[in-house]
Amino acid sequence: MSGGLHKDNAGAKLGMWLFLFTELLLFGGLFLLYAAYLARYPREFGAAGREMHLGFGTLNTVILITSSLLVAMAVTAIQRGARRMVLLLLGGTVLCAATFLFNKYLEWSAEIGNGIYPGSSRLTAGPPGESVFYSLYYLTVGLHGLHVLIGATLLTFVAVRVQRGTIHAGDYVLLENGALYWHLVDLIWIFIFPLYYLIL
Amino acid sequence: MTTGTSEQHIVSYGKLTAIWLALLALTALTVWVARHNVGIGHVWGSLAIAVIKGGLVIAFFMHMKYEGRLLRWLLFFALSVLAIFIGLTFFDVLYR
Repeated sequence: MSGGLHKDNAGAKLGMWLFLFTELLLFGGLFLLYAAYLARYPREFGAAGREMHLGFGTLNTVILITSSLLVAMAVTAIQRGARRMVLLLLGGTVLCAATFLFNKYLEWSAEIGNGIYPGSSRLTAGPPGESVFYSLYYLTVGLHGLHVLIGATLLTFVAVRVQRGTIHAGDYVLLENGALYWHLVDLIWIFIFPLYYLIL
Repeated sequence: MTTGTSEQHIVSYGKLTAIWLALLALTALTVWVARHNVGIGHVWGSLAIAVIKGGLVIAFFMHMKYEGRLLRWLLFFALSVLAIFIGLTFFDVLYR
C-alpha cells in the first residue's frame, strides 16, 4: 500500500469532511423530528424531559469535551513527533469513551428499570407525546452511543498504527481523520445535551 | 518529516487547553441557566450556548479556522442545507 504511491492527504481530509456533513444531516434530521414533535406535544415533552438524569448528562458532557481535548492534543503531538505522548493521549480518549458508555449503561438501566423503554406497558398506557419523546431519545442517544463505540474502535486502530510507526509526523492523516470523527461525536452530544436534558 | 501535509498548522497544547476551559465554563453556564428557570428565554439561551460550543469545537479542535476556502464553503453549504430543512419544516408545522 505505501511504498512510492502518491498520497493525497488533502483529498483524504476532504473525504472525511464530506462524510461528516452527511452525519450532521443525519443527526440534524433527528433533531428536526424532536423539534417538530416538541411543537406538537409541549406538555408531554416537558413532563418526560424533567425525568431525565441531569447529573449523568452533565458528567457525560464533561467527559466527551475532555476526550475531544485529548484527541486534539494527540494531533498536535504527532505533528511534533512525540509518539509516546500520542499513545498516552489516545489511550486517555478511549478511556473517556469507555467511561461515557458505562455511564450510559447505568443511566439506561435506571430508566429501563422504571419501565421507560419503547413499547413498555407504562409508555403504551401513557399519553402519546411521552412515548414519542422516549422513542426519539433512545433512537438519537443510541445512535450517538453507537458512534462513540465506532469512534473508540477507530482510535484504538489508529493507536496501534502509531505504535507500529506506520502513522508518524510525516504521514498522520489517518489520526487526523480519526480525530475529526471523534470531534463530531462530541459536537453531536453538545446539541443532544441541551435538547434532552436542559431545555424541557 | 519530509512529506507532511502542505498546509500543516500546529495548534499548541496551551491554546487547546484554553478552548477546553471555555467549553467547560459554557457547560457550567448552560446547566446554571437551565436550573434557574429564566422563562422561555432559556430554550434559546441553551441553544445559543450549544452553538457557541459547537463553533469552538469546529474552529479549533477540528482545525477549521486553519483550513482553506474549500472546506469552509462546504461546511457553510452543509449547515445552510440543514437550516433550510429546519426552516421549511417549521414554516409548515407552525402555520398549518
